[in-house]
Amino acid sequence: MTLSRRETLALGLGAFAASFVLPKIATAATEDAIAAFTGGAELGQGDLTLTAPEIAENGNTVPIEIDAPGAESVLILAAGNPNPDVATFNFGPMAGAHTASTRIRLAGTQDVIAIAKMSDGSFVEARQEVKVTIGGCGG
Amino acid sequence: MSKSVWLGGCAAAALMFCAPAIVTAQDDAADRELVINGEIEIVTEADAPAHLENMSTIRSGWTFRSPETQTMQMDDFDNPGTLGVEAAREAFSADLGNGESCAGCHESPEELAGVRAVYPKWDADAGAVQTIEMQINECITERAGAEAWGYDSGEMIDMSALMSFVSRGEAVNVAIDGPAAETWEKGKEIYYTRYGQLELSCANCHEDNYDNMIRADHLSQGQINGFPTYRLKNAKLNSVQGRFKGCVRDTRAETFSPGSPEFVALELYVASRGNGLSVEGPAVRN
Amino acid sequence: MAENVKPRVRVPSSASAGEVVTIKTLISHQMESGQRKDSEGNTIPRSIINRFVAEFNGETVVDVKMEPAISTNPYFEFQAKIPESGTMSFTWYDDDGSVYEDSQEITVG
Repeated sequence: MTLSRRETLALGLGAFAASFVLPKIATAATEDAIAAFTGGAELGQGDLTLTAPEIAENGNTVPIEIDAPGAESVLILAAGNPNPDVATFNFGPMAGAHTASTRIRLAGTQDVIAIAKMSDGSFVEARQEVKVTIGGCGG
Repeated sequence: MSKSVWLGGCAAAALMFCAPAIVTAQDDAADRELVINGEIEIVTEADAPAHLENMSTIRSGWTFRSPETQTMQMDDFDNPGTLGVEAAREAFSADLGNGESCAGCHESPEELAGVRAVYPKWDADAGAVQTIEMQINECITERAGAEAWGYDSGEMIDMSALMSFVSRGEAVNVAIDGPAAETWEKGKEIYYTRYGQLELSCANCHEDNYDNMIRADHLSQGQINGFPTYRLKNAKLNSVQGRFKGCVRDTRAETFSPGSPEFVALELYVASRGNGLSVEGPAVRN
Repeated sequence: MAENVKPRVRVPSSASAGEVVTIKTLISHQMESGQRKDSEGNTIPRSIINRFVAEFNGETVVDVKMEPAISTNPYFEFQAKIPESGTMSFTWYDDDGSVYEDSQEITVG
């Protein structure tokens, strides 16, 4: 395939435009998911720790951990995925500590978001950016 | 046309390798020690075997991975590669299709501990160097009289993983002299031959540039002591020769096939570059 | 039912009364996201485990709603409070209606 200079430029512009449009769509879906979980309540900062690697060697299997001592439930979102929903952890009376670890899929570098519903009905948020490397060797 | 392709390939090759990234996590990662389940000590760094002319130290692929990936291999529960091992344990005593089973000859998989460490190996009856997969198929067809498994099939990769699993911690020690010498030389030649539009040999990445970054990927020495390997990328066990195929394809070449004489020779040679490291499979890699 | 789905759990066999213990679970499952295409370009339909529940003597430890962004071979690690001897039970719910179960006894002594 041969591209003229004009076509190449157009492709570049398209990618440039897409880079603005796509996160907007993802953001809307993320905001909807947050609103559905919180009922529109304000998000504070508090007793919620989200641990994720700064750099993930592969986006297909990224270990994450949440620690939310006073939480009833914790919603996990990946803002840059085609569908931002990841999981919701609901802790029951026999939970020894309100912590959990799992492995998740990230479509690219993005913020992982945790929102905890605390037992007093308030909501707190934690975010962590995970850089997902696109390897040299698909193998 | 051909000129622009050549130029493109040349530029790509020149740009591909970058200086080591300054990533503290990876520096730390290189200093960790691999003990599986708190009991199986794995040698992940050793003096290079005498035949290796251009390197003084050999390192398992584990030492090149991030702390998160490394940790996943330190406990068999956390390592999803052991799912394949469990499947193979069941297959070991299962009917091979004619009423026979592996267990008909071998009391348990553990009876075969240590076997993995010396493969690929010369087989006098076959008059050729055989990989463990070829040996498994020889058992299935000649001893059990059943139908052979696909060389790179899921059941074969699982059984190969079980053979590694029961040999974990044993030092890799493949023979390169005597009747195996000819195959070993052929494998060495393949290792140093540039393939594909990118004109890359195995050595270009894994001998000349290990520890450097190839785009965002931290290049290892290409050691195969951890195979079959559970890759985070495709979330399944991958065979040695399946990985070879992926590597050669990435040079934009027509690849050899798993089970081909070329890849058998290459596997013997690459295995010999890891003589002294521990059998580690099923490992976890990116 | 999805093929070759096998749960495995790690639960301590004993605990002291009121002890908090670490539980690990892993289940072999493709977790087909519904985002992938086959070689002919057709979307591979979603097929995942969508819920995981851990209970001790019938009371909830953790109840997880799972989405397609959970990796292949879903893995969970969490903590349970063990006031008395009893049974840790685990249930995974598949999109296709299958339910996978496992359980293990814990003795308080």
